[in-house]
Amino acid sequence: MRRVVVTGIGLLTPLGAGREITWKRILEGQSGIGQITCFDPEGYGCTIAGEIPSVDGRGGGGPDVEGSFDPEKVLSSKERKRVDDFIIYAIAAADEALDDANWHPESEEDKERTGVMIGSGIGGLGPVADTAIKLKEEGPRRISPFFIPSALINLASGQVSIRHGLKGPNHAVVTACATGAHAIGDAARLISYGDADVMVAGGAESSIVPIGVAGFVACRALCTSYNETPEKASRPYDRGRDGFVMGEGAGILVLEEYEHAKARGAKIYAEVAGYGLSGDAYHITAPSEDGDGGFRAMKAALKNAGLEASDIDYVNAHGTSTMADGIELRAVERLLGDQAKTAAMSSTKSMTGHLLGAAGAIEAAFSVLAIRDQVAPPTINLEDPEFETPLDLCANAAKPMAIDVAMSNSFGFGGTNAAVIFKKIA
Amino acid sequence: MSDILERVRKIVIEHLDADPDKVTEKASFIDDLGADSLDNVELVMAFEEEFDIEIPDDAAEHIQTVGDAVKFISEKSA
Repeated sequence: MRRVVVTGIGLLTPLGAGREITWKRILEGQSGIGQITCFDPEGYGCTIAGEIPSVDGRGGGGPDVEGSFDPEKVLSSKERKRVDDFIIYAIAAADEALDDANWHPESEEDKERTGVMIGSGIGGLGPVADTAIKLKEEGPRRISPFFIPSALINLASGQVSIRHGLKGPNHAVVTACATGAHAIGDAARLISYGDADVMVAGGAESSIVPIGVAGFVACRALCTSYNETPEKASRPYDRGRDGFVMGEGAGILVLEEYEHAKARGAKIYAEVAGYGLSGDAYHITAPSEDGDGGFRAMKAALKNAGLEASDIDYVNAHGTSTMADGIELRAVERLLGDQAKTAAMSSTKSMTGHLLGAAGAIEAAFSVLAIRDQVAPPTINLEDPEFETPLDLCANAAKPMAIDVAMSNSFGFGGTNAAVIFKKIA
Repeated sequence: MSDILERVRKIVIEHLDADPDKVTEKASFIDDLGADSLDNVELVMAFEEEFDIEIPDDAAEHIQTVGDAVKFISEKSA
């Protein structure tokens, strides 16, 4: 089987625009959560989210604030009208990832051997809602011709392929909060099977819109008790947690066949060593109480990697700051056995919030960067731990440690589970 | 007529993010101003809104230049 490695990373998150600024703030334990600024959230129950700090003031950003996102640098105002924000985020993160990988295919063969697999949990929720209102108020003849292509989930992959001339497999994953992990795992398999030599893979999400916040509040998933102290709101494993905090952004990895990467002298971050998937067959929004779905996904990833539980050094947990945190924790303990005493696990959602379809992708990136820098990122706001566990949850401070193997977990509504294992290249 | 031309030009410049100097009566939306077929649909919708008229699909197909739009709108509003 052809081996697959990570050669590029692009990040656009509530902690900032760019891979290194996001990672720096992660290791410092900063929170990217604040009051919602992109619409008036009065009366929504939840008034906080992890917005991308932007030059227009969104998410606490500004023209002089370090790490602020400037969409004008990605697309002109005319182009931006044709795409929803999740596509803009995907394009920005893909640009950074391809630059990082130094992969800008020019020959027809290189273009045809490079594909794109970027997913989203929900896609263009904002345009769907806005256009529905316009349809009702003004009738069918006033609907923009750009409405459908601005909202379709696979148009993130489509736009990235058009922008960079990438003519290989063009695909999109939609598995709610497991989207980013599935996209990376599936893209790696396309390379393994020979369908492509390089894949631009990940997830993007822009659901901080009125209907998105109202919808997640309605299904009792969002945090509602910390509207006055947003930086404290996302607190996985803490007794005071009461739901996830929505984030937005994108994470993109450039995945590449190992020999292809070596032959062109590419910088190699880590190997995509294993990937496992499972379904709960249990409930539309809750994981099965015994954590068996997540357990089987992790077990499958280990088997696929040809590794033992004792090889796992770090687990980037799904850890959404909901009741489900404990279920995942017990499943990881069960998988690791004695190794739980030496391994570390953390939830970076404590800082970024939950980026839904992009979460698995940014967390895969954090897992890879944890291997690069030999440090486990922290779980912040873990002040009153609910669970006794042998696992080091990296409470409130990053933990420098030897990390050869890192696993990233992602679980989604509908009972869909994915685990991706990354391994240091010896 | 000149008033209609200026209003049409303004819409075209705004929607296509076009260089004002290039937005002449003879300018073709697609060939000269970088529009695609979806831009044309959007332009026609903008003309309908601005001039409070209805442009049927078969007529819209023949509006390819700034001049075509001015001519159609002038006849319609006359």
